[in-house]
Amino acid sequence: MAELIGIPAQAIFGQLLLGLINGSFYAMLSVGLAVIFGLLNITNFAHGAQYMLGAFVSWMLLHYLGIGYWWALLLAPIIVAVLGILIERLLISHLSGLDHLYGFLLTFGVALIIQGLLRNLYPVSSLPYSIPQALTGGQNLGFMFLPNYRGWVIIASLTMCIATWVIIEKTNLGAYLRAANENPTMLGAFGVDVPRLVTLTYGFGVALAAFAGVLAAPIYSVSPNMGADLIVVVFAVVVIGGMGSIIGAIVTGFSLGLIEGFAKVFYPQGSSVVIFVIMAIVLLIKPAGLFGRTV
Amino acid sequence: MTDAAVAFNPLAGRPPLLNVADLEAWYGESHVLHGVAFDVRPGEVVTLLGRNGAGKTTTLRAIMGIIQKRRGSVRFRDLETIKAPTRVIARSGIALCPEERAIFSSLSVQENLMLPPTIAPGGLSLDRIFALFPNLKERLGTPGTKLSGGEQQMLAIARILRTGAKFLLLDEPTEGLAPVIVQQIGNAIAALKREGFTVLLVEQNFRFASSVADRHFVVEQGKVIDVIPNEQIGTSSAKLQAYLGV
Amino acid sequence: MAINIDAMNRMDEPSREILGLSRTHLTAFVVLLLVAAVAPFFVYPVFLMKVMCFALFACAFNLLLGFGRLLSFGHAAYFGSASYISAHAAKVWGLTPELSILAGVFVAAILGAVIGALAVRRQGIYFAMVTLAFAQMVYFFALQAPFTGGEDGIQSVPRGDLFGVVSLTSDFSLYWVVLAITFFGLFAIHRIVFSPFGQVLKAIRENEARAMSLGHRVNLYKVSVFVMSAALSGLAGATKAQVFQVATLSDVHWSMSGEVVLMTLLGGMGTLFGPVAGAAAIISMQSFLAPFGAWLTVIHGVIFVVAVLMFREGIVGVLNKRLKLSL
Repeated sequence: MAELIGIPAQAIFGQLLLGLINGSFYAMLSVGLAVIFGLLNITNFAHGAQYMLGAFVSWMLLHYLGIGYWWALLLAPIIVAVLGILIERLLISHLSGLDHLYGFLLTFGVALIIQGLLRNLYPVSSLPYSIPQALTGGQNLGFMFLPNYRGWVIIASLTMCIATWVIIEKTNLGAYLRAANENPTMLGAFGVDVPRLVTLTYGFGVALAAFAGVLAAPIYSVSPNMGADLIVVVFAVVVIGGMGSIIGAIVTGFSLGLIEGFAKVFYPQGSSVVIFVIMAIVLLIKPAGLFGRTV
Repeated sequence: MTDAAVAFNPLAGRPPLLNVADLEAWYGESHVLHGVAFDVRPGEVVTLLGRNGAGKTTTLRAIMGIIQKRRGSVRFRDLETIKAPTRVIARSGIALCPEERAIFSSLSVQENLMLPPTIAPGGLSLDRIFALFPNLKERLGTPGTKLSGGEQQMLAIARILRTGAKFLLLDEPTEGLAPVIVQQIGNAIAALKREGFTVLLVEQNFRFASSVADRHFVVEQGKVIDVIPNEQIGTSSAKLQAYLGV
Repeated sequence: MAINIDAMNRMDEPSREILGLSRTHLTAFVVLLLVAAVAPFFVYPVFLMKVMCFALFACAFNLLLGFGRLLSFGHAAYFGSASYISAHAAKVWGLTPELSILAGVFVAAILGAVIGALAVRRQGIYFAMVTLAFAQMVYFFALQAPFTGGEDGIQSVPRGDLFGVVSLTSDFSLYWVVLAITFFGLFAIHRIVFSPFGQVLKAIRENEARAMSLGHRVNLYKVSVFVMSAALSGLAGATKAQVFQVATLSDVHWSMSGEVVLMTLLGGMGTLFGPVAGAAAIISMQSFLAPFGAWLTVIHGVIFVVAVLMFREGIVGVLNKRLKLSL
């Protein structure tokens, strides 16, 4: 069995796989943030809470209505997106024209509300959600063992991220979004309902977060805090990669997950901090971030 | 409007497509329009002439609803639009080609061209548009940023022709362009007029304006101070030179 | 772009100064001092000391936000690290309270210098995210480092004798020390704001590009005010550890960072005395609503949302507008 500095290859690949999984979530959440930031020019602090809601709604669908994972993948994002649309219409839209830091503060408040509510309703530290039957078990790849569900997570997140990129770059709807991002007044002068576009975009970004939450439910524990810790890391990912490009968000998210996984092999305690250290290095060397436009 | 102006205007009998009265507008605290008044008849090409800063672009933006702080009356097809949002005004059949052209740089020429939604039947077909502006057909895949000034201008005009809006607001379409392109744009405007479009043109170049327009309104310090039918442009050149400081 | 505080008052117009303070500000300080001198006879001194510590924390934070126009979302790092150091110094190294507090301030200042120097390389929202990320690093460190006691924190910190002479075991005697520290901090902030340094900061806040073209080293000023803010936040945290005799993870948690933002927002960003009002309001509310425990988070969130949507000037901001003051 191959070894690297006394660590068996299987352990390394195991950690890399875990890193790739984490990276999937970093990527999905960064893409969601980038989509929302691109059009609304606010950083959605509630993104972590909406991810957590996605996981909770899937749990609730199963626990109260007997609706399983595959339906949850479709329903949970829709349900959470509706909530997101309400938040945008009732709260966020009133901030247009103000400094975008107010948007950060507002969505922080929303995150606190969502998290606090769920912590009160479900005071246990975590709720179980089992891997769907079809995805249990795994494949023996020789150099490592790949659990089916984890492979599914990587494929699903990659698909969602690329689909988002395609929608934005290659479709008519995406053209409207890119135009609204650049010059919303002119787009309005063509008769396009820009506020509605903005609302739908926020809903879409939120749906992405909730989708990630459903994917997360069987592997990370469903708990009210699951989003809070993740969102801070995602912010660091976004500082490194910038919020200006979808591709940048995807590449940065997956890469950082891999790097984090690799670091865990050699230094398990420091691993959650690796990304912050990389952020510090990027700030020193290339302050504008790797892909994004300078703010 | 003077009686002389009315008498010489062959379209004088028809009700106006656009009637602007007592139009006032503010940029923040700054009072920019002080009671603009003029009208545009269906099928006419009308220009707003004036110096820089006279308020011509502001008038277009006020008509379009882009300037929110405005007062007075803007009646389009006999409907009051002074309080309407931009989106609604656009959908009632007015389209703007702004001075800065506002080509979306993150979109290709084709995407820019197809972007404005169809708001009414009767827009020009793509074939007709390419007949007016052949250069655009070759540059469809080019990103918006890589066009020359003339191509950008043509695209900015072309994209609003598709939508079915029959009343066009063109803000200084010939500014900074080579004579050959200016000619092309002049021909295009003449062709559009024949097809039944109504055009409100803002221009500083009154020679170009007189080659396409029926009437000219002179704007100074946020008010319309004179109207000159196109037939009288030749005899009014001294007056015009005084107005425009040329 | 850095935050545009539409509640920014004309607080930089000292007229008829005494001790460098305008008449309004001098009056305000005197009134506050009198209230603080009388209060411990009517209200629990420990509660009042908590209010003062957080008032200082919020004012220190506002120095960065209201003056530097820089929203730091990780100020718990300085508050909490100073709290830990101060607790450790008193408990393990046996230092007297004032030395323990100074040790805490020192560490907070160093941390502020390092993080600040990195964070100012970005602006606006990215700046906030960077500060949050680094604060999270500090939190992880506090979680895992042996001397911090992990989940339990540092407990049973002795009160000690001030300068080795005056016993601070009684809440009442400690109260006067905390009062002195708080007022010292507030006064220092006032002096910073109205100094030549503060004038340059004001120029940078209003038009950074222009300030740069005038030759000011903008980033140096930003880092400087960051360090000052961090040090004073550290002063608040170190003092708090002495008062409550504990240092815990909640001192470095992001929710603490959020709370100080809330206090400043509610009290009035960009006003001098706003954060004091905000701290008093939030701490009082927390005491009243203590039995509701977990709902506190929800209430904080609601206050955030309401404040951002409808109350951006904050308590003192609204007061200033009504009474035509510049507190």
